[in-house]
Amino acid sequence: MKGSQVRLEGLSKRFGKVEVLRPLDLEVQPGELVAFLGPSGCGKTTTLLLIAGIYQPSSGGIFFDGKQVNSLHPKDRDIGMVFQSYALYPHLNLFENIAFPLRLKRIAQAEVRRRVDQVAEFLGIAQVLFRRPGQVSGGQQQRAALARALVKEPSLLLLDEPLSNLDARIRLSARSEIRRLQQDLGITSVLVTHDQSEALAMADRVAVFSTGQVQQFATPEELYHRPSNTFVAGFVGDPPMNLLQGTFTEGKFDWDGLTIPVPPGHPGGSGYLGVRPEDIRLGGEIPTRLGIAEPLGREVLLSLDLGEGKTLKVLTPAGTRLAPGASLGLELRGAPLHFFDAEGRRVGS
Amino acid sequence: MGLNRRVWPWWAVLLGLLSLPIVAGYLWLVLSSLSNQMHGLLPTGGWKLQNWRFLWESVGGRPSIWGALSNTLIFAFGVAALEVLISAMTAYAISRLRFPGRGIYLGMILVLHSFPAVSLLIAIFYILRLLGLFDTLIGVILVKAALDIPLGIWVLKGFFDGLSWDMEMAALTDGASRWVIFWRIALPLVRPGLLALGTFALLSAWGEFILPYTLIISNKTWTLSLYLQSLIGAVDLTDYGLLAAVGLFYLLPVVVLFLLGQRYLLDIYGGGSKG
Ligand SMILES: Nc1ncnc2c1ncn2[C@@H]1O[C@H](COP(=O)(O)OP(=O)(O)OP(=O)(O)O)[C@@H](O)[C@H]1O
Ligand SMILES: [Mg+2]
Repeated sequence: MKGSQVRLEGLSKRFGKVEVLRPLDLEVQPGELVAFLGPSGCGKTTTLLLIAGIYQPSSGGIFFDGKQVNSLHPKDRDIGMVFQSYALYPHLNLFENIAFPLRLKRIAQAEVRRRVDQVAEFLGIAQVLFRRPGQVSGGQQQRAALARALVKEPSLLLLDEPLSNLDARIRLSARSEIRRLQQDLGITSVLVTHDQSEALAMADRVAVFSTGQVQQFATPEELYHRPSNTFVAGFVGDPPMNLLQGTFTEGKFDWDGLTIPVPPGHPGGSGYLGVRPEDIRLGGEIPTRLGIAEPLGREVLLSLDLGEGKTLKVLTPAGTRLAPGASLGLELRGAPLHFFDAEGRRVGS
Repeated sequence: MGLNRRVWPWWAVLLGLLSLPIVAGYLWLVLSSLSNQMHGLLPTGGWKLQNWRFLWESVGGRPSIWGALSNTLIFAFGVAALEVLISAMTAYAISRLRFPGRGIYLGMILVLHSFPAVSLLIAIFYILRLLGLFDTLIGVILVKAALDIPLGIWVLKGFFDGLSWDMEMAALTDGASRWVIFWRIALPLVRPGLLALGTFALLSAWGEFILPYTLIISNKTWTLSLYLQSLIGAVDLTDYGLLAAVGLFYLLPVVVLFLLGQRYLLDIYGGGSKG
């Protein structure tokens, strides 16, 4: 199957006076899966619907394989889309739902049968094809919606939170299933999600959105290890990165009276020091007191109190039994540190 | 809530008493259509089928009842079809599309709906004359449908408003045009509304009197209501037996329609478009 290349150039959208999407530049390579990650209401769905041609951009351009498609009708864009609500047609059974895009193309009945059966078999819903959407489970509805998007073999697949209505177990298996499918078919895909673990696990590259703007567009590793600003640093990673606000001076970071030695490369002046909870080790010389300990299964998340309202989150292996109020020492030396300037922009590598 | 078992027979009796006058009316209709003469609700002077002679012969120079019946059927079904079709398309457009003047248009529909049709009669008469549609079934069908469509639009707009936007967006990405979405997705999903509106339109047109009365003269275009009216205002003394028989004849199709259509009428109250 072919996958098209998608390029957004200065794409923006306003509804009346409200600017929902600020001018945005982004490129999705053929066969790539890109995730749009961001909190609720930040414009992810709007961007997807712009690409689908359901909304008209207020400015900027959308290009498929280098051709501008701004005014192309959705039906001529060769896209398949899965909606968060699945949006199956309640009056048609699953077979007719999946066959709908093919019927619109006036494909012969025998061919329709063959293709619907094939995709249904592939997605494991062959047994329930002749039931209506209201008579199958949420997971089966999700598969049917995916089947409907895939059956016409589109060159671009748009997925709007396709997994958010599934329970946690199915969600995990559906994740890898969609990813495998997408890679097998080599189909260019955009996945919208507000679940960062989903984005990091499935996508080749992730665009992190906040309030109508892309904060960073990079691979999951890059996002994790080199967040380009404090928003991404705080949003990506679970539990999130510790962000300490203070002042950088020669070789030191002053955090509200506590001095932390830092290597060179920091911005100087006021800014933020970021350190991930899993990078901090216990047993050093920075004195702290244990607030609460949250067992997360394999690990325990500790909230450590450093006095004067300063707290740090630290992730340690489970097994150490610690009483609240216990004194613990911290070690920051050797931990990867992230520097951000006063505006929250990343400084140095 | 649920009615108390001890109390409800009394309610039933009370309601029965209240509906007695209506029951008596129908009873009178049936009895007098079959008897020689009536004294109140009591038939006197024996039974006779003579009152039903209009079925096989022309009465007092009037056209055949079968002609009037077919005119009425054409009229009622014509009005219902036109009303459902136009209301559905307009309601869909108003519910789903953004176009200039949409607000004003909505307001005008409301105003039109609250307009008493009778006050328009003279103007309608002139317009039909101008168009050469006076004294034709087509003319009355157009007028009746036009007067009822505003209500139809309002009813169906409510049904279309209830459809999910996601589903329509999905259809767009599936490759459907607006036109296809209207016919293949939206219409089937508001079927209960269409059937209900259609049934109401049919019943309303079946019982329509004022419009045919003013806009139709020649008796070969008569509808049943005009036929019936001609018996009441007859130059010869009103024949109550005949009047009752024709009245009953006029009523029967409505009863049949209601028995067939009541499931759909109840459907509207049963709620929405279940799979
Ligand atoms: N048709 C519309 N008219 C006006 N405002 C809209 C419209 N659609 C979306 N918005 C607004 O635009 C903003 C972004 O909406 P969008 O649906 O793109 O968010 P999202 O990132 O998909 O959020 P979620 O994760 O909750 O789905 C929201 O504040 C929303 O209220
Ligand atoms: Mg959304």
